[in-house]
Parts: sequence; structure tokens; C-alpha cells
Amino acid sequence: MRDGHPNSPLPAPGAEMPHFVSDKPFDPRSVERLTPAQEKVYLASQLKLMWWKFKQHKVAVVCGVFLLVMYASTLISELIAPYNLHTRHVERIFSAPQAIHLFHEGSFVGPFVYGANYKLNMETLKREYTENKSDVKKVRFFCSGDAYKFWGLFDANFHFVCPPKKGTLFLFGTDRLGRDMFSRIVYGARISLTIGLLGVSISFILGIVIGGLAGYYGGWFDMIVQRMIEVLQSLPAIPLWMALASIMPSTWGPLIVYFGITIILGILDWTGLARAVRSKLLALREEDYVVAAQLMGANPKRIIGRHLVPGFMSHLIASATITIPTMVLGETALSFLGLGLRPPITSWGVLLKEAQNINVVALYPWLLLPVLPVILVILAFNFFGDGLRDAADPYK
Amino acid sequence: MFAYIVRRFLIMIPTLLIISALIFFIIELPPGDYLETYIAELKQQGEKVDPSQIEFLRQEYGFDKPVVLRYFHWLGGMLVGDFGYSFEYQLPVTDVVGERLWLTVLLSFVTIIFTWIVAFPIGIYSATHQYSWSDYGLTFVGLLGLAIPNFLLALVMLYLANIWFGTSVGHLMAPEYLDKSMSWGKFKSIMEHLWIPVVVIGTSGTAAMIRRLRANLLDELQKQYVVTAKAKGLKPFKALVKYPLRMALNFFISDIGSILPSIISGAEIVAVVLSLETTGPLLLDALASQDMYLAGSFLMFLATLTVIGVLVSDIALAILDPRIRLAGGATK
Repeated sequence: MRDGHPNSPLPAPGAEMPHFVSDKPFDPRSVERLTPAQEKVYLASQLKLMWWKFKQHKVAVVCGVFLLVMYASTLISELIAPYNLHTRHVERIFSAPQAIHLFHEGSFVGPFVYGANYKLNMETLKREYTENKSDVKKVRFFCSGDAYKFWGLFDANFHFVCPPKKGTLFLFGTDRLGRDMFSRIVYGARISLTIGLLGVSISFILGIVIGGLAGYYGGWFDMIVQRMIEVLQSLPAIPLWMALASIMPSTWGPLIVYFGITIILGILDWTGLARAVRSKLLALREEDYVVAAQLMGANPKRIIGRHLVPGFMSHLIASATITIPTMVLGETALSFLGLGLRPPITSWGVLLKEAQNINVVALYPWLLLPVLPVILVILAFNFFGDGLRDAADPYK
Repeated sequence: MFAYIVRRFLIMIPTLLIISALIFFIIELPPGDYLETYIAELKQQGEKVDPSQIEFLRQEYGFDKPVVLRYFHWLGGMLVGDFGYSFEYQLPVTDVVGERLWLTVLLSFVTIIFTWIVAFPIGIYSATHQYSWSDYGLTFVGLLGLAIPNFLLALVMLYLANIWFGTSVGHLMAPEYLDKSMSWGKFKSIMEHLWIPVVVIGTSGTAAMIRRLRANLLDELQKQYVVTAKAKGLKPFKALVKYPLRMALNFFISDIGSILPSIISGAEIVAVVLSLETTGPLLLDALASQDMYLAGSFLMFLATLTVIGVLVSDIALAILDPRIRLAGGATK
């Protein structure tokens, strides 16, 4: 039927149509409008994007939390360590790690240690400590123990964990002076962990300044920097560190030696960062948004500070994180060789120096325990740095 | 090709010059010189020091000349094989160093071979079985190798080797061969002792190499030509070995440049712990006693070793990979 059904919504063919105007409010951007979910992603700041991306890397998150805890512990080392750094127990020299028990003769007592009997083995001249099974000593928590000066500022004697009354608590054993290894490791974290951060900060500054200048000015300066980097990267680091460390006179105080070591570690490490800065700067300089900024009349200072640096900062921080383990290991190695830190400063490397000879490995293997935090921290930094590096480029 | 090699050699000269200046600067940095340490030592022992004798020694060793002059003297000497004089040993540096250099070269060489042999299959396996449990496991073991300080691993290995195999503790050979010239017995003894430092030093380099080989091979495996090859029905093994692996091989050669410095670094520390007859322990002594020409020559030698290593890897790469010699210019 050409005329169509009378009830059809369509007008008859050829019939005049009424002029129709929708009276709904008109929004010219309705097509482009984002759903709330999309909006969250598209309008998120770069930091937020990085955080989302970083969160997906579960191992990196776990490692990051671990590192955070480790660094937080350096703030309250005094509270965590059951003993002081230098507390000596003359009667318990080279004591093996004490086991913590929960049950005594089948009944629950809570965490406790057994008392120890001491005997000198006349054949091997080894000090032997045996557990006295009848002597139950409960470990105390949130208690007062060795007095210390918190941060060297005010006196206190509060500890999270203390040895039992008239008893001892050597979780990781004791060294040749009867000092508690666990406490020493806790205190050692202060030095070992911060030395990596300080060293990286130094190489970070050097890297950004030198790499930035080379990338920005180019020309002969770039040429020289490039050659310098090539030379430094082709040199074996540890012999050079050794040479630089041996320059420090033995009369220097421990604190100056500490800063000296951080500078030595940083001074050979900046090359990688400088390279990254330079190449990033060269690449980003050609980007459209930089050209746009130039056309709008931004001066070089603003372009570098406002447009270029934020573009590669996250990337740089990530690459810097990955070099921290090298520094921690470098400090450990130097201290182990006797070229780095010296007692009374206590770092993990200084602790490991005690384990320098093979007899120690055979007789007192627990003196090797400071290597445990070294390994854990280095692994954690590696995974954390990997995650950070992936997250630094959230658009990928 | 010939032009490329010549160019590479010419680039090496300024590099070595910069290195020598840097090293001379470093060994000159400590305040005082060997003679002052020596005089202090004599005074401590209560011996009289004859000023004229000291003055004579000072002139003899050239300590009275300006630094720049001494640098050029040192540099010129090295060119004709005269590395200066070791105060500590009262011998020319060349005599003190002698065999140790070759043992260091041997140790580094064997370590690189070891690194390759271990990293190669593991890297390929990890790349072809990406995100499998074995991939994670191997990556983790590799990272563990990276995280354990070399010197500690050396100690523990030494202890275990002593208990299990009865290998004598430390040194690169059995004690009876120490000052003997090379013989079959000595060679065998060196080989018996060599594996501990090689494994210890190799662990960290291996870990890094596995990771890089895995990444490189993964990149290569995603390329279209591999997809095409697989689509055409090439067997998986051939599709892996024919081209992607060859690309990864190039990287194996070129990577010497970056692992050699770390191997030599590691070798120094491990050598001190194991008291190997390489440059490590002697370098440490020389640095401690300000025996500057000995220390300087050691550092110079180690640096030259790396530079030559990089050169060899560059040339080998140019032979293997036509793109590099055609493109010209430095490869790094």
C-alpha cells in the first residue's frame, strides 16, 4: 500500500513534513564526553598513572614495603635492638644463636629461651654453650633494658624486646667480644642503608648537571663528556674505589670517612645517569610539545624546567634506584677489605670483616649472618627498581 | 673492514691516554709519598735517618720534579715496557708483577667463557618459556647470584671445597708449585683451583647476562619474521635457532665490553679473600703502602685489559655483523 497504514509513524511518501526541532538542551560535546571511569584515567596526573601501573607489579610493591620498613627501622634502631651496639658479654663470647621456644615440656609458656651452660672444649679450644633444659627464661616485651641515648639526644631505656631477667637473648649469636649480632645488624642498617641513598644522591646531582649540560649545549662540551663517560665506564670500579678509598688518611674521624666513602661511591657512578639524562634531553627536545612551547615564546629556562625535566624525572629516579644495590655492595666490599668504614662505625660490611677468615666459617658460621640483610635489601632494591622503571613510563 | 679496525685502534689511543692521566692523578692524590712513609717507619723503629741519603733517594726516584714531568716520564717508560720501580719490593715493577698478570688474564678469560656457557642455555630457556615457573625460578637464582657479595660466596665455597674435595685452602695452585715455572703438574693444579674463583666471580656477571639475553631474545621473537617463519610451518626449534638466536649471539659478543669491567672488579676482591696469585692482593698492598708506581701500573694494566677486551669484542662483532662495519663509526 503506497499510502501507508493510517497508524504508521512514517508520513505518506511525498507528503509535506512538519518542521521539527528537538526541545532537549543541546550539548555539542556530548559525543566526546567521557564516562566517569574514563575520565578518571584520562585526567589522572602522571603520578597517579605511575602509581596504578606500579601497583600491578605485586613483587615490586612487596619489596617496596619491605624497604620502607627497613628504612623506618633505622629511625628507631635503639628501640628494636635488644642490646646496645657495644654492650659486651664477657661470659658469652662466640655464643651460637639462641633458639626461641614456645612450649616447655608440652605446656605453652609463651616465647622463652633456655639458660646456657658454658664449657670450654679443651681439644678444639672452642667455647661450647649447651641449653639448660630446666632453666626457662621468658623473653620480655615492651620493657626497659640497656640504657641508650636516643639519636644521641636524650636518655632512654625502652626496648620492644628485652632479654629475660638474668638471662640473655642472642637471636643471631655473639661475636668475639660477646656483642649481640642481632643488635649490631639492626644498628648497622643505619649506616649501610643510608650510604647507598647518599651515594646515589651525589651521583644523581652529578649525572643531571653534567648530562644536562652536555645534552643542552652539545658541541665540544658534549664531546668531552661523552669520552669521559666512555673511559669511566670501561674502568673496573672496585680497583678504582680501592685506590680512591686508600687516599683517605687513617687520621680522619669516622664521620668524615663515612662521607668520604659516599663521595667515592657516587663519583664513579654518575656516568650511567648522565648518559640517560643526555639522551633523554636530546630526544625530548625534538618533541612537538617542546616546539609548541618554543613557538609560544617560552625561554629555554622555562622549557627545560617546566617541560623537559618533569618528562624524564620519573625515569631517572627509577634508574637511580637500580644503582643503589651496587653502592650497598660496594660499601660492603670496601669495608670488608679494610678500606671502607672502620669501627666504631658499624655497617654490615664492617660486621662482615669479622668473618674474613675461613676458621670463622667453620667454627662460628653465625658471624656470616650480616650477609642476610645485605642480600635481602639488594634483591628488594632490584625488584622495586624494576617495578619503578616500568611504572615510570605509564603510557606504554 | 681493515679501515674499521684501524679506526678502532686509533680511537683506543686517546682513551688510554685519558685513563693513564686519570690513574696518575689518583695515585698522586694521597698526601706525602712513599719516602715520607718510609722515613716515618724508620724513625719509629728508632733508626737514624741520614738526610743526604733521603735526598739522594728523592732525586733517584724523581720526587723532586714537578708532577707533570713525572707523569710524562711514567708514560714514556710504559711505552718501552718500563713500568717504574716498586719501593716496597726494591724491584722493577715488571719483575714484581710478572706471572700475576697472566694469571689475571687467564682468570678473566675462563670466567667469561664460564659466564657464556651458563648464561646461554638459561637465557634461551627463560626467553622461550616466558612467565613460566621455571623462568621465574631461574631469574630469581640469577638475581640471588647478583645479590650475594662475591667475597662471602668465595669464603663459603672455599670452605665447602676444602671439606668435600680436600682442595688446599686459597691460592691459585698447590703450595709446592708457587714459585716454579710452568709445567704440566702446575697447569693441572691451577685448573683444580681455578674453578672456585671462576664460579664465584662468574655468578654476578651470569645473572646480568641471563637477564639481558632473555630481554633481547624476547624482543627478537616478537618480530614479524619469526611469526612468518612459524606461519610457514618451520619447526619451532629451527624458527628459534636460524635467525633470532644468531641475533642474540651478536649481543653475546658485544656484551664483553660491559661485563669485563665487572669481572675484573670482582676478581680483585675474590683474589684478596682467596689470596690468589693475581693482581688483587698485591694491588691492595701497594695502595696501602703508597707504593705508587706498582699501584699505578696495576690500575693501568687492569684498565688496558678492559679496553683491549672491548676492542676485541668490537672487532669480532664487526666481523659477525655486516651492519656494523657498513655503518661505520664507533660501535658503542
